[in-house]
Amino acid sequence: MLKDEDRIFKNLYNDLGWDIESSIKRGDWSQTKDIISKGKDYIIKEVKNSELRGRGGAGFPTGLKLSFAPKAVGSRPHYLVINADESEPGTCKDRDILRFEPQKLIEGCLITSYAISAHTCYIYIRGEYFREGEKLQKAIDEAYKKNFLGKNACDTGWDLDIYIHYGAGAYICGEETALLESLEGNKGQPRLKPPFPALVGLYGCPTIVNNVETIAVIPTILKRGSKWFASLGKPKNTGTKIFCISGNVNTPCNVEEEMGIPLKELIEKHAGGVIGGWNNLQAVIPGGSSMPLLPKNICETITMDFDSLIKEKSGLGTAGVIVINKDQDIIKCMARIARFYKHESCGQCTPCREGCGWMWRMLERMADGDASYKEIDLLYDVTKQIEGHTICAFGEGSAWPVQGLLRHFKKEIEKRSHEEPLIKKKTNIPYLIDQHLLEKDNA
Amino acid sequence: MSIKKISKVQPELFEFTSENLEKAKNEIKKYPKKRKASAVLALLYLVQNQNDNWIPLAAIRYVAVLLGMPYIKVYEVATFYSMFNLSPVGKYFVQVCTTTPCMIRGAKKITEICKKYISEEQNKLSENKICSWTEVECLGACVNAPMMQINKDYFEDLNESKTEEIIQKLLKDEFPEPGSVKNRKNNAPESGKTTLIEIKNA
Amino acid sequence: MPKIIINNKEIEFEDGMTVLQACEMAGAEIPRFCYHERLSIAGNCRMCLVEMEKSPKPIASCAMPAAEGMKIKTNTPFVDKARKGVMEFLLANHPLDCPVCDQGGECDLQDQSLFYGLDNSRYSENKRQVKEKYMGPLIKTQMTRCIHCTRCIRFATEVAGIPELGAIGRGEDMEITTYLERSMESELSANVIDLCPVGALTSKPYAFEARPWELKKTETIDVMDAVGSNIRVDTYGWEVKRILPRINEDINEEWISDKTRYACDGLLKQRIDTPYIRENGQLKKTTWENAKKTLINKIKSFDPNEVAGIVGDLSDLEMIYSFKSFFNSLGSNNLECRQDRIYINPEERINYIFNSSIKGIENSDLILLVGSNPRLEASILNARIRKAYQKNNTKIYSIGDPGDLTYPYEVIGSNTSIIKLIAAGSHEISEKIKKSKKPMIIIGESALYGEAGRYTFETIKKFLFTNNFIRNDWNALNVLTQQASRVGALDLGLYSIAKNDNFSFFDKLENGLFKFIYLLGADDINFKKDDKFIVYQGSHGDKGAEIADIVLPGAAYTEKNGLFVNLEGKIQNAYKASYPPGDAREDWKIIKDLSKLLKKPEDYKDINELQKNIKKNITIKNNINLKNTESVEFIEKEISIKPIDYYFTNSIARSSKTMNECRRVKKKFLFTGIEKAS
Ligand SMILES: Cc1cc2nc3c(=O)[nH]c(=O)nc-3n(C[C@H](O)[C@H](O)[C@H](O)COP(=O)(O)O)c2cc1C
Ligand code: SF4
Ligand code: FES
Repeated sequence: MLKDEDRIFKNLYNDLGWDIESSIKRGDWSQTKDIISKGKDYIIKEVKNSELRGRGGAGFPTGLKLSFAPKAVGSRPHYLVINADESEPGTCKDRDILRFEPQKLIEGCLITSYAISAHTCYIYIRGEYFREGEKLQKAIDEAYKKNFLGKNACDTGWDLDIYIHYGAGAYICGEETALLESLEGNKGQPRLKPPFPALVGLYGCPTIVNNVETIAVIPTILKRGSKWFASLGKPKNTGTKIFCISGNVNTPCNVEEEMGIPLKELIEKHAGGVIGGWNNLQAVIPGGSSMPLLPKNICETITMDFDSLIKEKSGLGTAGVIVINKDQDIIKCMARIARFYKHESCGQCTPCREGCGWMWRMLERMADGDASYKEIDLLYDVTKQIEGHTICAFGEGSAWPVQGLLRHFKKEIEKRSHEEPLIKKKTNIPYLIDQHLLEKDNA
Repeated sequence: MSIKKISKVQPELFEFTSENLEKAKNEIKKYPKKRKASAVLALLYLVQNQNDNWIPLAAIRYVAVLLGMPYIKVYEVATFYSMFNLSPVGKYFVQVCTTTPCMIRGAKKITEICKKYISEEQNKLSENKICSWTEVECLGACVNAPMMQINKDYFEDLNESKTEEIIQKLLKDEFPEPGSVKNRKNNAPESGKTTLIEIKNA
Repeated sequence: MPKIIINNKEIEFEDGMTVLQACEMAGAEIPRFCYHERLSIAGNCRMCLVEMEKSPKPIASCAMPAAEGMKIKTNTPFVDKARKGVMEFLLANHPLDCPVCDQGGECDLQDQSLFYGLDNSRYSENKRQVKEKYMGPLIKTQMTRCIHCTRCIRFATEVAGIPELGAIGRGEDMEITTYLERSMESELSANVIDLCPVGALTSKPYAFEARPWELKKTETIDVMDAVGSNIRVDTYGWEVKRILPRINEDINEEWISDKTRYACDGLLKQRIDTPYIRENGQLKKTTWENAKKTLINKIKSFDPNEVAGIVGDLSDLEMIYSFKSFFNSLGSNNLECRQDRIYINPEERINYIFNSSIKGIENSDLILLVGSNPRLEASILNARIRKAYQKNNTKIYSIGDPGDLTYPYEVIGSNTSIIKLIAAGSHEISEKIKKSKKPMIIIGESALYGEAGRYTFETIKKFLFTNNFIRNDWNALNVLTQQASRVGALDLGLYSIAKNDNFSFFDKLENGLFKFIYLLGADDINFKKDDKFIVYQGSHGDKGAEIADIVLPGAAYTEKNGLFVNLEGKIQNAYKASYPPGDAREDWKIIKDLSKLLKKPEDYKDINELQKNIKKNITIKNNINLKNTESVEFIEKEISIKPIDYYFTNSIARSSKTMNECRRVKKKFLFTGIEKAS
């Protein structure tokens, strides 16, 4: 198990105080000036060497991303944008950083902004995290008061302003280009890529978008050295990670652990085990709702890192671990996730707009045993027709969990399905009432 | 998400109070001069704050003019984001998360309580007109499931009896203490920490 | 040039092209719904997917920039499967109501589904129902059919420049609408009907009028303004059923204004279909014989100096030419094509045309409007100015404030004194003009009124000439005329202008020197009737016919072959799509008959000879005879832009039910007093 001294977020549970004085006592804002004085290239190289991969879901190498920002600032300013939209079901790690370790994030913003030549940084927080935003704002104000931000921030010679921007309830705004659209005052509809934000981002200017956790670990990496970070976890899957363990476990919690920790250890040691015992485990969604679930037999041995999970056709995603035990109806669970995607689709591109609702309706019927065998294949076709054909990765995010269900629980669906679908026999089943009409009032 | 219902009863006019106008100006200042539209979400929040938690059409026009945006753009934004209400909600607006992590920890029981005490249907005012509830998607507090948001605060680790208590309080026009109803320490395991045991501030 | 490989064939492409454009060049057809070459790229329908080497996912070719060495395949099973998938999604919630859909027969979705549609629908959920949206008197909506390609939104925002359409809500419940279902405000609004690839936005006035294959299609020219938009007129028997744009890159690209498109129902109403003669104060039907004889007897009873003729705004060159020779044979020179005291210097052609050309607007880097509201005077031309603004960020200034033009402009004053300052080089705009490469000054009618108009025009011309902006390769001097007949009439010399006396005709008219007035389709001239004898020849019973003593039924612009010169000075052919109703006749034939009765035969036998003579008489010089103009004494006067009753500018529009409705809606809209979003 990871030693406590190697944990980056020492105030994860707010035992030690989130105010700036307490944070400083934990080592925040120490050596900041020294680090920055070593120059942009040094910082980016250290981040590269640490093999840090983005904590926002896609696991893109962070050092490489930082190096995409143009070296010289042209006529357009550069921006750093922090993705604190955290809306992936099963995920609530950034929230704790925002409210209990804000100075780590702010310090990370300063170092990263310097590395990519940005003088302005926006932190995009989901609107529901109003209280977290309040705390973060207070932390930013404190940092300004100490001259850690603003002109000549932290005596580094670099100027930086940080602003908070609240979202307003749209999961898709976590997608980085949708986030930029939202920041510009538009609907959060993802942009076409190319061009990528590093060259044409916020207001058409070079922009780097990173997750809260990604940026918040950067100061520690630079302080303790990339070697230290890279020594944790496995090659290409280095460092520590905050895991959120929710669902049918005895003590759901957030915990910072080493990358590559076995899933079973995570559940048993930190989350008090599966409710009803390990044998009562049905499946685990290992990385937030977009990642395909894993059945119990895989859960026995799987380790929690990007590459191991990809091998099992799933992913680490946001490391939001949702544990589902045998007391749950697995099809209903996934139908509910499909409903989430149907609700959150931005509506811009055809496959996602039309496909998400279709998947959800089929799954609901399957859960209720009102689907035919044939529709199992049709459902799979629909996921395949969405996947890879959309503007943004939401398409995959909505299709994968369904594919995971079909991969591992097809038998369960077949058991409930009929050769003859019920809908042909009686049309007056409540869920067949046009959902649009049903929902007119509950907007 | 279906198109939001727009209130049939609409005020003629909307204007920020001088205090909110000041706040609005500060929001606009966060962005480059020619990018005032960036402040649209912030301004719509200010509208909701000022106007009992919903946005009248007059305010959509008001914000549009203030930011130099076409009406339809502000209207699009107001209908796209789920946190904007285009018709009145209760003074206490209860939003229950029912996405899978909350669902499997009993979100249904919470919605049943809301149905019983607030209103049978979502988005209908309670009899005494101060409370309404709705189901929402994941609020990002999954390890504290089931949970709900009332106005700006989260209520976590809910069970039936505590939820009932909370709702009863609301209906009496009192605001309950937010946070975990089990007095659990944030996101640490309920039975005690498994990590960060010896850690102190230096 | 960089190269790309498409279906194993290497082709060269230009930088900045997309994969879709490159594929088209290579002859590989790509299906699409959202992509439109005149709109920004949305990439949202996902129909244009193609295979790209090394990419595990198919790519949207419309949105992908072509790059050196790319290997693209458009005809593999992989591509086919992807497109079929998209098609299935598009059809999932699309109603299968083609038989009752007005788009039937010209629907992109219908066409594409032949190639990519599955034979039976696998979608067994209930289909989405979307409420109809009110968008005004022109656009009928059936939003359940919408496939969310957002072409309409992009058109309104980008081309028309009035961001009034949007998609509200999100996900599968996203709906296209105007703000609170207001009527669309743009004068170009109905182009969204052509753009909509399915039957979601269709033509309200044309609803269920006809199926496209039943109609006779005639390619011709519009006369609602002086732009000369290229149109196609679809007729069923006598009736003009609808008017659609034709592509002409130099003039209207592929857009037309709402008036061009929808005033056509005015062709069926208020028509004069028989000659009339006034008896005891009442207009009575009469025979052609009687009408013509009475006319000739009457006209002969006046001194030629007492006889005057005015040509209306919709007249073709044939009418104008024959009218002029008729008057000449009478010995009268009292002819005018202006219906108002607009200053015109007919000495050179460049003095009354739009020299920079409509297409040239796109290259201009500075535009100064003088007393003009191009949005209402020439909507299509205005869209070009907007395009220039969008493309090159062209700076636009105005003397006089025309109101919302759909692009930002700066008002630098509203008085002729500004022109004096500009000419003297003491206004900051002078410097800006001098520094620009291709400036344009656009002079509208409002700035040309009366003697001050002479000052304005001649001073501006002199300023431009002195600064070498009147050249053969770039002429910055532009007059924005509003009438389809104006430039042609000036070309044929249909005016009474003497040196230093531009308005003698109007003075004589006001002083009652004319006793016999022949109105050739002229409805907009103001004078007292008193004891004057008035002949009106035209197609509609409008203002002119009301005061006439003899009414001769002529043909409307869709009912005859004719030549028109647009504001840039381009001659275009209009073709006969229908025929005049009842006893009405083509106008030049009427005038030819009258000449015969005068025993002064015309110098043409038939339309061919007539057109040959006309072309001989219009000397369109390519090379400008560059000469300076004299200075004109300063006259101080306000330049205020004359309000235009857009939907009511001519007799056809005034007779149109649709135009009446548009006008009513716009008025109502103004009455509700909702403030304008800037
Ligand atoms: C539908 C969708 C939702 C996303 N939501 C989030 C989110 O809530 N928070 C986040 O940090 N990244 C989210 N992402 C990932 C971002 O697009 C982006 O990859 C990330 O912010 C990059 O930061 P990182 O490199 O630090 O991980 C989402 C992506 C998609 C496709
Ligand atoms: S995949 Fe879905 S969320 Fe992403 S752009 Fe398309 S419609 Fe929007
Ligand atoms: S034409 Fe390319 S996505 Fe629509």
